[in-house]
Amino acid sequence: MSEQRDNQQMSGGEALVKSLEHEGVESIFGYPGGAILPVYDPIIDSSIRHILVRHEQGAGHMAEGYAHATGEPGVAMVTSGPGATNIVTPLADAMLDSVPMVCITGQVPVPAIGTDAFQECDTTGITMAVTKHNFLVTEAQDIPRVIHEAFHIATTGRPGPVLVDIPKDIVDPTNPRSDMNWYAATDADMELPGYSPQMEGDRELIRQAAELIRDAERPVLYVGGGILKARAAEALRELAEMVQIPVVTTLMARGAFPDSHELCLGMPGMHGNYTAVTAMQESDLLISLGARFDDRVTGKLDGFAPTAKIIHVDIDPAELGKVRQFNVGIQGDCRLVIEGINHAMRELGGADAQVDRSAWRSTVSGWQENFPLTYEQSAPGDKLKPQYVIEELRDGNPADTIVASGVGQHQMYASQWWQFDHPYTWINSGGLGTMGFSIPAAIGAKAGRPDSRVWAVDGDGCFQMTAQELVTASVENIPIKVALLNNSYLGMVRQWQEMFYEERYSEVYLQERVPDYVKWAESMGCAAIRVEAPEEVAPAIEKANEINDRPVVVEFVTDAGENVFPMVPAGKSNSDVVVDPTQAHLLEGES
Amino acid sequence: MAEKFHTIVTTVENKPGVLARVAGLFSRRGFNIESLAVAPTDDERFSRITFTVDVETAPLEQVVKQLNKLINVVDITELDPDEAVSRELMLITVSADSAHRKELMELVDDWRAYVLNENSEQIMLSFSARPDRLAEFEEKLRPFGIAEIQRTGRVALKSLAD
Repeated sequence: MSEQRDNQQMSGGEALVKSLEHEGVESIFGYPGGAILPVYDPIIDSSIRHILVRHEQGAGHMAEGYAHATGEPGVAMVTSGPGATNIVTPLADAMLDSVPMVCITGQVPVPAIGTDAFQECDTTGITMAVTKHNFLVTEAQDIPRVIHEAFHIATTGRPGPVLVDIPKDIVDPTNPRSDMNWYAATDADMELPGYSPQMEGDRELIRQAAELIRDAERPVLYVGGGILKARAAEALRELAEMVQIPVVTTLMARGAFPDSHELCLGMPGMHGNYTAVTAMQESDLLISLGARFDDRVTGKLDGFAPTAKIIHVDIDPAELGKVRQFNVGIQGDCRLVIEGINHAMRELGGADAQVDRSAWRSTVSGWQENFPLTYEQSAPGDKLKPQYVIEELRDGNPADTIVASGVGQHQMYASQWWQFDHPYTWINSGGLGTMGFSIPAAIGAKAGRPDSRVWAVDGDGCFQMTAQELVTASVENIPIKVALLNNSYLGMVRQWQEMFYEERYSEVYLQERVPDYVKWAESMGCAAIRVEAPEEVAPAIEKANEINDRPVVVEFVTDAGENVFPMVPAGKSNSDVVVDPTQAHLLEGES
Repeated sequence: MAEKFHTIVTTVENKPGVLARVAGLFSRRGFNIESLAVAPTDDERFSRITFTVDVETAPLEQVVKQLNKLINVVDITELDPDEAVSRELMLITVSADSAHRKELMELVDDWRAYVLNENSEQIMLSFSARPDRLAEFEEKLRPFGIAEIQRTGRVALKSLAD
């Protein structure tokens, strides 16, 4: 059919860039190299902004941050061999957190594939298990179709990363194998006979779900990252308010339902707050929407929510029944299914037809009253409490500030102590738990949302993994702000060694004054501030917010002995949640 | 016939790498594929993969769901052994000196095997049957001396309705 079109003769390299433009790509995070060189030449003349990263891992996490913040697929482009292997971690990260992302990798010329050529690796083989799908393109003429398919697969159904491996000869204009006719590929050109995600939920199952909800005495809405992927936050709010059922938002769903809402119980799971954990545990109906019963949420599985019936809604049929058997399992897009449930609830009589849940409401608010999140303020002269720093950050920034976090204690403090009232303002690595995620993810988010304020909340271990991307941020004028919680330790590992390894600390101390984060940040073109006393915290944040011509790093020197509570120890039931030591005596009355 | 194995039949796109994707979902869980047969269907865009695995039912269900998620997998079914017809082909080269040749040929006739190739010392046979019958025939031939053997892996189709 391409003969009837306004075809344009060009090289595969030009075609690749033109196809990316055709897909609406505005930014590419990338790093050139030998095999991808012919694609970098037409980039000069393209409308697409290319952001030159300092390490390919940075390109991948930036593409993820961009996708989290904008809802549009993030795009990364790297060369063959080490370029490709360096981006494997972000691909795995995007796979576990269902992040729409397209990654273009260069490859050695087709005749050289499989010969151990310079900078050759089996990229599609290596990334098979960490992508939703990948392609090796061997003919230039296939480029428009494959690029369209890649974006289609990455953004529909359960979103995820798609990799397109492009051998050099099919994009090199000096090679006749790169000659091709470019055309604007559409859905009609796709050749994907095995791919058609089911969006609509089954009506009968939706009605059954509505009846279960109507009759439940102790229901909880358990919402996951799928709510955000499906743009379902409004539909969720309508449901929660109509049926007056409390909501827990998982680590991937923070912001999908406002923390300030009276029905919001906050985060469940290993470091969830007591009320969220216990409400799920005591519930008679868990309404799971776009969540996957991750082990960090359920704790020991056979002790999880023992009396709860389960409604499980997910776009991915492989999630239904994977971990916990459901009573009603609905495959479909979260937004469409929730809208269907809302409709069915109204047909069943809406709020008036509900079971009386006043006893459940007062039980839940009793827990909220007795077990709020808490920590002890530092004594004069002692190091900063990390929770205090997050509280000051929260209070010193507008509610729609985007927060991107690394992985560890600081991630949990940020999720616990920030107040998330808007969807798409919380970006973190939930499934893979990738240290070093925050700085590149924050840069990607800021590139996609230049008018939003973006704070990276980072730890010192994480910072040392990907700090070089602050050079990218400086040079490319992407002024993110970094709150570096420096406790000189791998804090979460230290906490586990304290609690579960008899305080035998093995390889968790990172040194106190090396590196000098202020000098390091300044050398990368950032403004830098070190904060050691509580009264300096708010002014430093204010000062950081006034600097918008370059990135800012604020190093907060925090208390290394602080632990994240509450905590459900790994392998324990959620009924064995360990609360803050100051609340422990209250638990005796509960069990 | 007591079936230890599950038989999975998938229709996949006839493209490079598809078999590796399918196999990868088993190998990542440490599951062994017991037998495997792949060939194009009547529509050359698609291939049919028939494989048997020795896996508990619950993890298998999860693998089947994951297989279904593969972009190149068009269709997947687990065949109930009671509602399927399965066959496997075996090529086998057996010693056949003059002393035992007559006895061997009687066995070949009884079992409806075919002679594909022969010389004064050996005979190569083709035998196609239900997979469990292949093992039985192999045991019958063993006393003669088996030089080489190759089985194709089973193929299966759903039984016709009454």
